Amino acid sequence: MTESAVNIEKSGDRTLVALAGRVVIHRIESLEQVLKPIRGGGTITIDLSEVEALDTAGAWLIVTVCDRLAAEGADVQLKGATEPQRQLIETVANSLPEERAETKAPHGLMVWLESVGRHVAANGTLALELLSFLGETMARLGGTILRPWRLRLTSLVAQMQETGWNAVPIVVLLTFLIGVVLGYQGASQLQQFGAEVFVVDLVAISVLRELGVLLTAIIVAGRSGSAFTSAIGSMKMQEEIDAMRTLGLDPIEVLVVPRLLALLLMLPALAFLGNMAGLLGGMLMSWIELNISPTQFFARLLDGTDVSHFLVGMVKAPFFAVIIAVVGAFQGMKVEMDAASLGRRTSISVVLAIFLVIVVDAIFSVFFAILGI
Amino acid sequence: MTPEEKREAVIEVRGLVTRFGDHVVHDGLDLDVYRGEVLGVVGGSGTGKSVLLRTICGLNRPAAGTIRVFGTDILAASSAERRSLENRWGVMFQDGALFSSLTVRENVEAPMRERLDLSPELMRRLAELKVALVGLPSHANDKYPAELSGGMRKRAGLARALALDPEIVFLDEPTAGLDPIGATAFDELIRSLQRALGLTVFLVTHDLDTLHATCDRIAVLAEKKVLVTGTMADMLKVEHPWVREYFHGPRARAAQPTA
Repeated sequence: MTESAVNIEKSGDRTLVALAGRVVIHRIESLEQVLKPIRGGGTITIDLSEVEALDTAGAWLIVTVCDRLAAEGADVQLKGATEPQRQLIETVANSLPEERAETKAPHGLMVWLESVGRHVAANGTLALELLSFLGETMARLGGTILRPWRLRLTSLVAQMQETGWNAVPIVVLLTFLIGVVLGYQGASQLQQFGAEVFVVDLVAISVLRELGVLLTAIIVAGRSGSAFTSAIGSMKMQEEIDAMRTLGLDPIEVLVVPRLLALLLMLPALAFLGNMAGLLGGMLMSWIELNISPTQFFARLLDGTDVSHFLVGMVKAPFFAVIIAVVGAFQGMKVEMDAASLGRRTSISVVLAIFLVIVVDAIFSVFFAILGI
Repeated sequence: MTPEEKREAVIEVRGLVTRFGDHVVHDGLDLDVYRGEVLGVVGGSGTGKSVLLRTICGLNRPAAGTIRVFGTDILAASSAERRSLENRWGVMFQDGALFSSLTVRENVEAPMRERLDLSPELMRRLAELKVALVGLPSHANDKYPAELSGGMRKRAGLARALALDPEIVFLDEPTAGLDPIGATAFDELIRSLQRALGLTVFLVTHDLDTLHATCDRIAVLAEKKVLVTGTMADMLKVEHPWVREYFHGPRARAAQPTA
């Protein structure tokens, strides 16, 4: 493989530019540098008889150089091209795109302000759309409850297994570990005051009221919310949703209601298991660290912790279930025809679901504080 | 000795066996593709036309057989040899298979960016040339694949396949799903690019018009191997029932150029 070479000879107002070797894309940049200094004027002959290989990039270079020289007032001639090379140069010359200046993205304070405004407006619209989707889903859910024979039982059971049963190990493990951490931290702090026994109250109240259900909801949002978005989103990309509509099937009834119902049933169950695992972790740690035996732990638990704490925690579970299912399905429905939007929507779905779960949890805290529970 | 045997074979497939589980797709398939020709591969649905294309490109590993491209055995090639081979071929998938997160121009630039060291400005201008060569308007450059029609996506896929000026182009069903006018334009485009660039084209198709308009030679896949190869005139003489049905059916008669 020989290198490409350029030989420039000037005699009077005649210039001979002889190209040789491989005039191909790999060499195009160096060739362009060599040809740049040639100025138009007089007669310029470009000799291609020594060219071994020419590709579209090479032809493009020759065409653009010829055009430039001709524009500068030279009389440009090509010679020595073989028939295929001549054809290639002609094809390229015929389809040469017009020069377009690359559009520079504007920047500055105004542009930043404008983008902030656009984001706010877009998020406002999105919130309204989400609310409307929630309403639509609730209406369909109500319709399904009134006409239970329309419920897709197979789909419901499959979703319950996927979102509920299959999540048991990870939920139990994580809440157990949180119980252990709470027990250990509580023990080391409360020991300083000689108030070891209060570690039971600490673990029980924080797990039952807040952490058990909150952690479960966050795990489920990560596991199932993202699965809802990607499953519904890829159906949207394959036009399955449109196919359903043309068959007279309502995508919300077929896809969203079973998922929502599955989470409504399974999230409280998971939260209950999470609560138990958290208490178990706390109990184990109090036993190891503080020598509070399980019997003592139970006695203190039943004595000191009101059942209302448990109920306050559990009552939040169905609300979290609705948030996770509706956000996941809504983001899935928003997926467009490209793969990038599927990934983006899935990540938005998880972040938004966790965000809303925590916001609603905070609202519940304020609400229960006002009620004095 | 026929003239074909004197020509240089750029792709040689010998004794190819492909199977998925128990399902045997190719069993002892032989095929030659000669430099500078347009070879049309036809066959019923499920006869493994696309699988053959994917196997030659190295996307499927066959159970047995050899595949030589430019004399290099691709199944035994080192990764450096494979890289240099990949610079010499371009593949256009059925629906274009454009990267959906990139614009058309960025899609065409992608192979250049990966394989060559060019300035962004030069890459942009070469990419725009390729986009114009396949007959897309200049405003298509900044569009995303999702914003294009099926025909435009195919053209953009061809522009990306041609980005590095390959010697062989693999086209999978280039005219499927196009309207007749678009399909004819695509046939002409392939033919004119093939002549101008001296391409070797490996074309999988169902489209009899494309076979008539663009292909120098046709290979028929049936019974797990290449049943016959030859020109359109040869095909019309073959007595195999499927081949007869294919080239003498009502659609075939409609596609024959009226003399």
